[in-house]
Amino acid sequence: MSALSQVRYKVRDALRRDRTFNHTIIESDAYLQGTHSVHPNELDVSHGPVLYLEDISVSFDGFQALNNLSLYIDDGELRCIIGPNGAGKTTMMDVITGKTHPDSGQVFFGQTMDLSQMAEHDIATAGIGRKFQKPTIFPEHSVWENLELAMKTDKGVWHSLFTVLSAEQKDRIEEVIEIIGLQALYFSKADLLSHGQKQWLEIGMLLMQDPRVLLVDEPVAGMTHQEMDRTAELLTSLAGKHSVVVVEHDMDFVRSIANQVTVLHEGSVLAEGTMEEVQNNQKVIEVYLGE
Amino acid sequence: MLLNYLFPHFMHEDTGGKWLISLLIAITLLVVMFNFFIPESSALHIPTYMVTLLGKYLCLALLAIALDLVWGYCGILSLGHGAFFALGGYAMGMYLMRQIGDRGVYGNAELPDFMVFLNWHELPWYWQGFEYFSFTALMIILVPGLLAYVFGWMTFRSRVTGVYLSIMTQALTYALLLAFFRNEMGLGGNNGLTDFKDILGFSLQADGTRIILFTLSALALISGYIASRFIVQSKLGKTVVAIRDAELRTRFIGYKVEDYKLWIFVFSAMLAGIAGALYVPQVGIINPGEFSPLNSIELAIWVAIGGRGTLFGAVIGALLVNYAKTYFTGALPEFWLFALGTLFIVSTLYLPQGIVGLFSQFTNKQQKQSAKHGALQEETT
Ligand SMILES: Nc1ncnc2c1ncn2[C@@H]1O[C@H](COP(=O)(O)OP(=O)(O)OP(=O)(O)O)[C@@H](O)[C@H]1O
Ligand SMILES: [Mg+2]
Repeated sequence: MSALSQVRYKVRDALRRDRTFNHTIIESDAYLQGTHSVHPNELDVSHGPVLYLEDISVSFDGFQALNNLSLYIDDGELRCIIGPNGAGKTTMMDVITGKTHPDSGQVFFGQTMDLSQMAEHDIATAGIGRKFQKPTIFPEHSVWENLELAMKTDKGVWHSLFTVLSAEQKDRIEEVIEIIGLQALYFSKADLLSHGQKQWLEIGMLLMQDPRVLLVDEPVAGMTHQEMDRTAELLTSLAGKHSVVVVEHDMDFVRSIANQVTVLHEGSVLAEGTMEEVQNNQKVIEVYLGE
Repeated sequence: MLLNYLFPHFMHEDTGGKWLISLLIAITLLVVMFNFFIPESSALHIPTYMVTLLGKYLCLALLAIALDLVWGYCGILSLGHGAFFALGGYAMGMYLMRQIGDRGVYGNAELPDFMVFLNWHELPWYWQGFEYFSFTALMIILVPGLLAYVFGWMTFRSRVTGVYLSIMTQALTYALLLAFFRNEMGLGGNNGLTDFKDILGFSLQADGTRIILFTLSALALISGYIASRFIVQSKLGKTVVAIRDAELRTRFIGYKVEDYKLWIFVFSAMLAGIAGALYVPQVGIINPGEFSPLNSIELAIWVAIGGRGTLFGAVIGALLVNYAKTYFTGALPEFWLFALGTLFIVSTLYLPQGIVGLFSQFTNKQQKQSAKHGALQEETT
C-alpha cells in the first residue's frame, strides 16, 4: 500500500497549483544566507508573539461578545485568562480556532498565517489545539482510540483508510496515556470515564496533536485537588516548548500556575500583568475579584 | 477460534459477521444444491421462484448495509437511499432493454418498445453505451456515486445535518420519482423498463441464469459486507464514528469532516447501486416506484429493527422484515403496513439497539475478554 500512496503523493505534488519549480525560486541574498526565508504556510515567530489578536469584535444578534479585543501571546509562554461569566473567554477561543468569524479585527498565527481565512481543520493542523469548556471526547471509542484519532499525522481520507499504527506511534500513544495517568483504562470506552478523567483524556488528545499553541478552556472543572495539582504540573511543564493559554475560574489554580494573567471583562482586556499586579488593580477588584 | 483462519484479520473480532458469512455461504450452497440436483418431484426440491425470491432479499440486505454505513456509523440518516438503489437498477435495466434487440413487440433492433410507441426515431444520447455490459457495470457504480457526490458536496459543505439533511434526502428521491415518471425522460415513464429477455446472452427465464444471479447476489452481499467491515475497522471508520458522536471535536483535531462524510456517503451510494443492479434482473422490472420516498423510509426501518452500527444487524433486519413482508402481503395484505408500523414502534421502544441488541450482553462479555487479550498482546509486543 505504501508504494501506492507514495505514487499518489508524488502525483499530487506534481499537480499542485502552488508547485515551486527550481527555476522560479529567486536566489536572493537572504535566501542564500538562510536568514529569512518564510513560507506562507510556515509558522514565523521571529517577532516574539505566536498569536496576535488585534481589535477583534464579535457580536451575536447585537450583543457585543468581544469588543475591540487585542491580545498577544508570546511563543512558549503560559498565559492565564480570567474573567467573569460571559466575559468572552470562550468566544475568544472560538475566534482563534476558526469556529467564529470576527466582525472586525485581525487574528494571526505567527507573522504570516491569517486565521480568519482558514478552516477549522487547517488551523488545527497548523498547530493550534483546543480543549473545550465542556469535556468533549469520543464516547464510543476507547481511551486508546481517542488518542489514536488525535495523533498528529496525515488526516486525509484515503490515508486513514489504509494506515496502520507504526511502532513509534504506539509508543507515543503509550507515552501520553502515562502522562494523563489512564494506563489502567487503555481499552475502556471513553464514555465510562469520570468527569475528571474525561478532562485528562481531552488534554491527552491535545498532546497527541503536538500543537504549537494549546488553548485550554477550564481544564480543572470537576477535578479533585489532587488531580488539579497534577494538571497544574502538566501545564507548566508544557510551557516553553508550547504556548499554553488557560482559561480558568479557579483562582487557586490560576495562582499556582500563572506568571502572566489577562483579565477579560465585557469582551475586552481589563488588565494584564502578574497575578499580584492584577489582584491589586482597582478596576479588577471592582468587577471581579472583589465580589 | 478456528474460524479466524478463514477470515481476514479485520474480521477477527466481528463474531456476528463471521457467523453471518458462514451461514450465507452454507445457505447459498444448500439452495443451489436443492434446486439443481434434487428432482422437482421430490419434496426437498427448492423451486426456482424461491431461489429468485431469496436472491431479491440478499440484494435488499446489501442495500441495508449501505444505509447502515452512513446512518449507523456516520449518523447521517439518509431517507433517500432508495434513489441510489433505483439508479443502479435503471442502469442495469437499460442494458437489459438493449439486450432485447429486435425481439420486442415492434421488432425495432435499435429502439426499445416504449420509444417506438412514443414515435421516437433515434436513441437518446444517454442510452449510448448501454449495449455493452462493461460500460453498464461502470455506470451502475458511477451514476449513483456521482449523484451522491454532488448532493453530498453541496449539503455537507454547508454543514446541513440532522433532520434537515434527512428531509433533503427525501426531497431528492421524490424529485427523481417525479422526473422518472415523465415519458420525456426516455426511461419508460410510468411503466419503467421491463420485458427483459437476456443478460449477457443468457436467457433470464432459464433456471441456470436465475441460480447464477442468486449466487452473484450472495457473493455481492458477502463482499460488500467484508469491504464495509474493512472500512469501519480502519481509522477512516473510527473517524466517521467520531464525527457521528462529536463532530466539532473531530474538526478541531484536524479532520476535514466534509471529506469523510462525502467519502462514506459516495461509497454507500455505490453499494446501493450495485444492489439495485442485481435486484432488477431477478424481479424483471424497474419502474419509478423504486424512487418512492416510502421505500427509503422502509429501508431505514429494516436497519433500525436489525440494529444500527453493526452491519450484520442491518442484514438481519432486511432479511427478517422482507420475509415478513412477503408473508403478510400474501396472507393478510391489508395488515402489512400496520405490522411494519407496530414492529417499528416496538423495536424503538423496547429494542433501541435492534434485534442484535438482544445479543449485546453476550457479545459485550466477549469484547471485554478480547480487549483484555488485546491489552496483553499490546504489552508483550
Ligand atoms: N453562539 C452564540 N450566540 C449568541 N450568543 C452567544 C454565543 N456564544 C456566546 N454568546 C454570548 O457571548 C457572551 C460571551 O460568551 P463566552 O462563552 O465567550 O463567555 P465566557 O467568558 O467563556 O463565560 P464562561 O466563564 O461562563 O464560560 C455570553 O453572554 C454568551 O451568552
Ligand atoms: Mg467559557
